Amino acid sequence: MSYFSDIYNGIKTLLTGMSVTGGYFIRARKGSITQQYPDNRETLKMFDRFRGEVVMPHNENNEHYCTGCQACEIACPNGSIEIVWDRQVDPETGKKKKMIDKHIYHLGMCTMCSLCVEACPTDAIVWAQNYENSVYDRKYLTKVLNQPGSKVKAGIED
Amino acid sequence: MNIPLNITKTIHDWLFSIMPEGVATVTEWVIVAAAYLALFAVAGLYLVLLERKVAAWFQLRLGPNRVGPWGIFQTMADALKLVSKELTSNANIDKFLYNLAPYFVILSSLIAIGVFPFSRQFQALDINIGIFFLFAVSSIGVIGILLAGWSSNNKFAMIGAMRSGLQTISYELSVGLSMLTMVLLTGSLQLSEIIEVQRTGGWLILQGHIPAIIAFMIFMIAGTAETNRAPFDLVEAESELGAGFHTEYSGMKFAYFFLAEFINMFIIASIAVVLFFGGWLSPFGITDDITWFPETIWFVIKVLGIIFLMMWFRWTFPRLRVDQLLTLEWKYLLPINLVNLVLMAIIIWLNWTI
Ligand code: SF4
Ligand code: SF4
Repeated sequence: MSYFSDIYNGIKTLLTGMSVTGGYFIRARKGSITQQYPDNRETLKMFDRFRGEVVMPHNENNEHYCTGCQACEIACPNGSIEIVWDRQVDPETGKKKKMIDKHIYHLGMCTMCSLCVEACPTDAIVWAQNYENSVYDRKYLTKVLNQPGSKVKAGIED
Repeated sequence: MNIPLNITKTIHDWLFSIMPEGVATVTEWVIVAAAYLALFAVAGLYLVLLERKVAAWFQLRLGPNRVGPWGIFQTMADALKLVSKELTSNANIDKFLYNLAPYFVILSSLIAIGVFPFSRQFQALDINIGIFFLFAVSSIGVIGILLAGWSSNNKFAMIGAMRSGLQTISYELSVGLSMLTMVLLTGSLQLSEIIEVQRTGGWLILQGHIPAIIAFMIFMIAGTAETNRAPFDLVEAESELGAGFHTEYSGMKFAYFFLAEFINMFIIASIAVVLFFGGWLSPFGITDDITWFPETIWFVIKVLGIIFLMMWFRWTFPRLRVDQLLTLEWKYLLPINLVNLVLMAIIIWLNWTI
C-alpha cells in the first residue's frame, strides 16, 4: 500500500516546491536581488554581513580597543596579521605594560575567514563593507590598522 | 479564412502560373523549407531568451537586460558570437561521426516541426500517421547524442551519451503509451483530425477526464525526460560531466545541440497542446466567428503555457540520480500508464466520455 502513498506524497511535495518557486516568480519583479553594479555605484550599499576588509575603528579621541593580546595573529590561518608591540610605561598608572606599535594587516593574503574578528576579546577589529579593493601595486595591500598616534582606550583591559 | 491562408494561397497560385508544374512544386518545397528554417531558428533563439528570463525571475534575478531593450537581442548576439567562433576538435576523434552528430540532432527536431498544424492551413505536411511520425522522428535525435558522445573520445561525453540512451529508451515507452491513450479517444493518428475531434467534443483533456489527466501528467514527466531537461538532465549534468555529450563541441556545432534542445521542448509542448488542449482551437470557440483572427495565436499561447510549465519544473526540482530515474519510469510511470490505457479503453467502451 505504501506504493500509492508514495505516489501521493511525491506529487504533494513536488507541488509544494512548485508553489514556492511560483511565489518567487510572481514577486521577482519587485524584490530582485540583482545589483547592476557599475551603474548604481553611488547608491550601492553593501549588506551588514559583507566582509570587505578588516578595519580597526577609532573613536573621536583617536583611541582604539586593541590591547595587543595577539589573539588575532594566532587565530589567522595564513599569517595575514602581524602585531608589532613593545612594553611601554602607562602614563596613568606608571606601570609597564604591553601596547601595540603597529597592527599590520595584509589584505592581499586575507581569505576573509573572519577567524581574527571572532578571536578578538575586545572587538577591536571589525569588518568593513567596502568592496572596491583593487590597487595598482601590492604594497598598498599591506595596511597598518591603528592610526598614527593612536592609543588604547583607557580601561579596556579590565 | 484567415491571414496565413491568403498569403500561402496567393504564392501558390502565382508560382503555378509562372512555372511548369514540376518546377513550381519543387520551388514551393524550397520556400516552405526556408520559411520553416528561418522561423524556427528565430523561435529557438527567443525560447533561449525566454528560458533565461524566466530562470532569472524564478531566482529573483533580472536576467539579460543589456543588449537591446529588456535584452531582446541578447540571444541574437550570442548566436552571432557562436557563428564567428572557431570549430575546434581534439585529437583522436572519429572525424566523420563527430561532424555528423549535430546534424542528426538538429535535423530530427526540424523534421518533426513540419507536421504540426499551427492553424487550419499553416501545416507543411498533413500525413495520416502524424503522431506516429512525430514519435519516430523525434527519437532519431538520441542517435545524434550517442554519436556525439562516442566520437568525441572523452569519457565524460561518453558517460553523458550512454545516460542519454538509457533515459530516452526508458521514457520513450511512457511518451508513446500516454499518446496511445489519447489516440484511443480520437481514433485517428492524423494531427488535423485529432483537432477536428476536439472542435465539437471539447478539448481532449476534458473529454477523457480522469485517464486523460493522468495521461497528461505522465506525458509531461516523460516529455521533460525526452528533451533531457532538468530535472532529467543527467546527460549534461554540469557538476559531474562537464557539459556531457557536447563537452568537445564548440562554435556553431555546439549551437546546434543547444538550439535542438529548445526546439525539442517546443515539439513536446506542441504535442501536448494538440493531444490535450485542442491545438489551434480557441477555448469555447470564442474567436471562431472573427475571420481575421489568426488561429496560430491560440496555438502559440497554449504552447508557451506548456513551455512555461516545463521551465517551472526545471527551476524547481533537483536533478535525479540514475537509479531514481529508472525507478520512476519502470516502477511508477509504466505500470500506471498501462492501467491508464485499460481505463481509457473501458471508458470509451462504456461511453463515459464527456
Ligand atoms: S579574516 Fe581570516 S585570513 Fe583574514 S586576517 Fe582574519 S583570520 Fe586572517
Ligand atoms: S585586534 Fe584584538 S585580538 Fe588582535 S591584538 Fe588587538 S585586541 Fe588582541
